[in-house]
Amino acid sequence: KERMAIPPQTIPEQDPAVRRHNMNEVALGYTEEQARLEAMRCLKCKNAPCIEGCPVRIDIPGFVSAIAEGDDDRAAQILKRNSLLPAVCGRVCPQETQCQEHCTVGKALKDRDQAVAIGKLERFAADREREHNGGAIPGIQPDTGKKVAIIGTGPASITVAADVRREGHAVTMLEAFHKPGGVMIYGIPEFRLPNDIVEAEIEGLRRMGVEIKTNFVVGRTRKLKDLIEKDGYDAVFVGTGAGLPRFMNIEGENLVGVYSANEYLTRSNLMRAYERDRADTPILESKQVAVLGGGNVAMDAARSAFRLGAEEVHLIYRRTEKEMPARVEEVAHAKEEGVEFHVLQNAKRILGDEHGRVKAIECLRYELGEPDDSGRRRPVAIEGSEFTIDVDTVVVAIGNSSNPLISQTTPELKVNRWGNIEVDEDNRSSMDRVYAGGDIVLGAATVILAMGEGRRAAEAINAQLRDEG
Amino acid sequence: MNKVIAKEQLAEEVYRMRVHAPLIAEERRPGQFVIVQQDTDYGERIPLTIADADTDEGSITLIFQSVGKSTHKLAELEPGDAINNVVGPLGKPTHIENFGTAVCVGGGIGAAPLYPIAQALKEAGNHLTVIIGARNAELMILEDEMRAIADELIVCTDDGSHGRKALVTEPLKEVCERDPRPDLAVAIGPPVMMKFCAGTTRPYEVPTVVSLNTIMIDGTGMCGGCRVTVGGETRFVCVDGPEFDGHQVDFDNMIQRLGTYKPLEDDEHEQCHLEMAARDKEQSRNESS
Ligand SMILES: Cc1cc2nc3c(=O)[nH]c(=O)nc-3n(C[C@H](O)[C@H](O)[C@H](O)COP(=O)(O)OP(=O)(O)OC[C@H]3O[C@@H](n4cnc5c(N)ncnc54)[C@H](O)[C@@H]3O)c2cc1C
Ligand SMILES: Cc1cc2nc3c(=O)[nH]c(=O)nc-3n(C[C@H](O)[C@H](O)[C@H](O)COP(=O)(O)OP(=O)(O)OC[C@H]3O[C@@H](n4cnc5c(N)ncnc54)[C@H](O)[C@@H]3O)c2cc1C
Ligand code: SF4
Ligand code: SF4
Ligand code: FES
Ligand SMILES: [Mg+2]
Repeated sequence: KERMAIPPQTIPEQDPAVRRHNMNEVALGYTEEQARLEAMRCLKCKNAPCIEGCPVRIDIPGFVSAIAEGDDDRAAQILKRNSLLPAVCGRVCPQETQCQEHCTVGKALKDRDQAVAIGKLERFAADREREHNGGAIPGIQPDTGKKVAIIGTGPASITVAADVRREGHAVTMLEAFHKPGGVMIYGIPEFRLPNDIVEAEIEGLRRMGVEIKTNFVVGRTRKLKDLIEKDGYDAVFVGTGAGLPRFMNIEGENLVGVYSANEYLTRSNLMRAYERDRADTPILESKQVAVLGGGNVAMDAARSAFRLGAEEVHLIYRRTEKEMPARVEEVAHAKEEGVEFHVLQNAKRILGDEHGRVKAIECLRYELGEPDDSGRRRPVAIEGSEFTIDVDTVVVAIGNSSNPLISQTTPELKVNRWGNIEVDEDNRSSMDRVYAGGDIVLGAATVILAMGEGRRAAEAINAQLRDEG
Repeated sequence: MNKVIAKEQLAEEVYRMRVHAPLIAEERRPGQFVIVQQDTDYGERIPLTIADADTDEGSITLIFQSVGKSTHKLAELEPGDAINNVVGPLGKPTHIENFGTAVCVGGGIGAAPLYPIAQALKEAGNHLTVIIGARNAELMILEDEMRAIADELIVCTDDGSHGRKALVTEPLKEVCERDPRPDLAVAIGPPVMMKFCAGTTRPYEVPTVVSLNTIMIDGTGMCGGCRVTVGGETRFVCVDGPEFDGHQVDFDNMIQRLGTYKPLEDDEHEQCHLEMAARDKEQSRNESS
């Protein structure tokens, strides 16, 4: 009861009016005192329902009580047993619908938002460890003479790299871009996940002896099959993500000033276009921006638009806020920063001026009809409800499908009708020695799920290599 | 890191560079390109066609025109310097077979991407006519190289300072009127030129391949920035192209999209020149003192 009386600790954040003009992280992280207090709210439940909600089954009461006792190093060690990237997951995991949703404290207080802030504590412990301990690396078994190629450098691949390298196998990561990290580097913006954190993890891999080859597009620079047949890799992991932007297929979508969220965020983050004075890659100096979609990607695009100088940002979503796939926290942050939400509306076409540049977007109003296959009520357009919003830029953020580059150049690899690689319960693909995981298997999912897949694939790879002696 | 092995200037603002890239040299086929980026943090990723490759040396050849900030920076490199990032080969290779007779049209710097394609068409047994055009004699590139592979070479300049005084569409029309008419046309150059070449061959129903040079970032189909409308459908130039049926391409939209960052690029370009001028001045001051 005493514990229940401790008020939930709110994490300090940058003021919305200030932060919408800078790229620095929004949430500043708990102070030590806050972290101890928040950790003390945990009841150390015997059955630990929170663990059930965590896709990688972190020992939550274990690490939380370590923080309560002031032993941050132990907390970090417990985290690292199940998750390779706690500093990342603590920031971007959809905690409120995973671990925290099941938390006894939140249930008792009848408010999910009052659950123990597991994610924020995870972040605290991981940040502490990084700052104090400067990235200690795990022990590595003696060389086995086996080698594994990992395609992509997102969270799934990072997990495989660490787990396989630990067993003493040589690991080479192949990344299409000039920088490793996947969506964590090119997609999720700095104000939500600072690049330093991801770079520190990558540096850790390098120090473990993992070789990282950037500027290497499998399927083009080398075929997947050749990695095995010509280059002699004993196993290959495909963690290429879901990098194929979906468009609306509406009139005006190829006008000047229409971006996919991938392009918009890549220009801004990876190419650093927000540093207009230093970066060679341009991005439009937009004033009024419409973002289409309601997921994390849409929130990131909308909030980036302000940081790139927009005065007005309109977020247009077909259903209601309740159905938005974005994290609650991201929606709240976007609203605080001044993003105008247009729910139950959808773009019908984009209008251009005589130079083919975006000048407005025409939308239709929607209402909720009968539930569809997903159980969500289907949005139905209201005929004749057209209206326009003046904008100079449109960002389409309605999701990603799987990028077909590898499957097109690897006919042996079985994919389902959405282009996702088919795998068994050990993340083995239809091709001998080839494993896959993360968004390329799951469709656009989450960092933590990608890591979970990576773990499983790594186990199977290690088993294969062990069996082959 | 890819070392620059050799560099020479071919024409005003046009450079040929041999760059160490053994894996790319091995895999590349005509029609494919690389993306290069000079500075890993702040550099721009720009696509350049692989004009040639040497697997023994492990090198690829790039021919580029210095038109703005990133190509300027590239042009400043000397043999021994390195380009931080070179990725490829990207795009679909050209479909090569013995079509019968082929006419290849290169406008300006377009002669560079055209060269490996013309070479492959010739090797596949086609009767090859090459038409190359430039604004003036100084800007003409690869004339000797083309002459060496073509059965027939037509050279023209806008101002008549070299070869015929004509736009490339003029000889192209004449070639289309021949009997038998060509089985294939390939046109590569500035978008407006490709648009008019496609317009020229259309009435003769000569299948016409164009190689599009839209703005790119990743070159792997991830961003959609390079999209064009072809036959009413959206296609990504970096993975579905760069070559398309010229009679189906919406060139007007493509040209507009190429101008997306014009005002920003022009500022950068000017800044670039001011910096260069300041540097030259500084240098001459140092030298005179
Ligand atoms: C804007 C945005 C915001 C998001 N926000 C969240 C969030 O808040 N919380 C959350 O949990 N998840 C979020 N996600 C989803 C999450 O980022 C992904 O689910 C996760 O990154 C998937 O990891 P992955 O390892 O499968 O691949 P990715 O992170 O997608 O990485 C794949 C890598 O493979 C490389 N690659 C692709 N093809 C090739 C090839 N042929 N050869 C070589 N390399 C190749 C790519 O360049 C890339 O670096 C977000 C995604 C986006 C785009
Ligand atoms: C598949 C392909 C192959 C190409 N091959 C060659 C070649 O062999 N030789 C050559 O000289 N040029 C080639 N180009 C064009 C070359 O990429 C551009 O000239 C270069 O990007 C200009 O960059 P800049 O910063 O120097 O100039 P800027 O002043 O920034 O741009 C000048 C113009 O180039 C275009 N451009 C700008 N940024 C990009 C970009 N990231 N990607 C593509 N185009 C851009 C725009 O239309 C712009 O208005 C090719 C383009 C493509 C798409
Ligand atoms: S990894 Fe995600 S779900 Fe698991 S405990 Fe951490 S925040 Fe919760
Ligand atoms: S459910 Fe909540 S209170 Fe119980 S152990 Fe997990 S975090 Fe602690
Ligand atoms: S350059 Fe990004 S999809 Fe083509
Ligand atoms: Mg440029």
